[in-house]
Amino acid sequence: MAKVLMKGNEAIGEAAVLAGCRYYFGYPITPQSELPAYLSKRLPQVDGIFVQAESEVSAINMVYGAGSAGARVMTSSSSPGISLKQEGISYIAGAEVPCLIVNVVRGGPGLGNIAPAQSDYWQATRGGGHGDYRTIVLAPNSVQEMADMTIEGFELADKFRNPVLLLSDGVLGQMMEPVDLPEPKDYDVNSKKWALGYTGKDKAERNLCSSIFLDVDELEEHNWHLYQKYQVISDLFSKGEFKDFAVEEHLCDDAEIILVGYGIISRILKTVVEKCRKRGIKAGLVRPKVLWPFPTAVMQRLAEKTANFLVVEMSCGQMVEDVKLAVNGKKPVYFFGRTGGTIPSDFEILNEVDKIVRPD
Amino acid sequence: MGKETEEIIMAGFGGQGILFLGKVLAEVGMAIGQKVSWIPSYGPEMRGGTANCSVVISQHEIASPIVLEPDTLIAMNRPSVTKFEPKLKAGGTMIYNSSLIDINEFRKDIKTYAVPASEMAIELGNDKVANVIMAGAYAKLAGLFSYDDVINAFPKFMPASKKELLDINISAFKKGYEYAEKLN
Repeated sequence: MAKVLMKGNEAIGEAAVLAGCRYYFGYPITPQSELPAYLSKRLPQVDGIFVQAESEVSAINMVYGAGSAGARVMTSSSSPGISLKQEGISYIAGAEVPCLIVNVVRGGPGLGNIAPAQSDYWQATRGGGHGDYRTIVLAPNSVQEMADMTIEGFELADKFRNPVLLLSDGVLGQMMEPVDLPEPKDYDVNSKKWALGYTGKDKAERNLCSSIFLDVDELEEHNWHLYQKYQVISDLFSKGEFKDFAVEEHLCDDAEIILVGYGIISRILKTVVEKCRKRGIKAGLVRPKVLWPFPTAVMQRLAEKTANFLVVEMSCGQMVEDVKLAVNGKKPVYFFGRTGGTIPSDFEILNEVDKIVRPD
Repeated sequence: MGKETEEIIMAGFGGQGILFLGKVLAEVGMAIGQKVSWIPSYGPEMRGGTANCSVVISQHEIASPIVLEPDTLIAMNRPSVTKFEPKLKAGGTMIYNSSLIDINEFRKDIKTYAVPASEMAIELGNDKVANVIMAGAYAKLAGLFSYDDVINAFPKFMPASKKELLDINISAFKKGYEYAEKLN
């Protein structure tokens, strides 16, 4: 297919349709509203269902219902709206229902503003709602990846019976770039044996998707079961089949300083790396493409030889904690952040690199 | 395209078609095989507010789509000149809508071109196409793509169902392009 110029938000919508998603439930909020706007037109064309719910809380619970029935389903919002959805996300994780949740992050805390930010990293990677649970968190850095990771997100959600969160931001959502859309995939709504809507011959007498376990022992067993699933996912991302999908390394082999950033920041860091190299500073880049499970093993390996790490985020410093946990005191981990909607320029990041490697 | 990277800001009132102007340039850049990005800068304001848009056209991967120091500024109204003229790179270019901008003194280290786009649009019978007239002037003055590159790209991103819109936009583009030929 020829490349088309699309907004990141629209690319997610089209990719969802191509992945076989036929159900969207959401509530408008800037800077993600192009996504529900797109799907409100697109889903009826493919016999899908679009509902603008009365609130984020009801939207996420509609996702819970459709996912339990076996459908590929998604919702999306921006930061304050994602906070509202957290109770439902916790229920969905507890009941092990696959779905895709998109957060086009804006400035916070509170109402914040509608400018791009990365300050929902903690919320995304630590579960977000109550209870011991994890969501798989994908972090695209281009409109192309907004599409690709949407499709991959549905696959991962089904594979692990787990909610997947696509963590984007206001820039990626609003910007247009050329995108190459893949061929549509067939999704069989009757492919999940555990689902309430499953009608195969080997159908169980009664399927149930629930997060309620009133018995103490039963809940403990369930929680350890979830924990083990998260361990399996972590292993697959660190050494298994998703290893290359999870992280991008750029010029790290001889690097004296490694820049770490995800999403839109990683593109600016790539320019910084180039400029550093031209000036004789051996810089490299690590870009986590999956934020949970975090590429801890990669950081550990690089901490053996690289002298310094500089983490750059559009927040006051959140992912930097995961980098520090991985590096585990072996090497200094520095941080540079801008917040409130400001995107750091390559020039100011270069300044930070200078302060670290050329302190005189 | 001879130049490695071209960073453009276009700005004006909401309703002047600033975002569409950016889209035209990004679509043409994509059609000639360059990397492109487009991003609006939007506030909560609606029609009548200010609108601006960053477009990058490059032979290389684009880092940030947000342009801080443009090579070219396309200014559709006076506040856009006030806001973005100081940000232009030294040696940069400003193309401004002289129908609405009555300034005569500009930075000495930039090239400036006056195009009475709003009046030219009224001559065409549609005051909404001043943006595409500016696209035409830009295409000629920047020299990144040929006249034919643009004319061939138009039908790819304008729906065939709106043929009359395609026609008026092509006329507007042509008018802007021909006007700029006289400026050089």
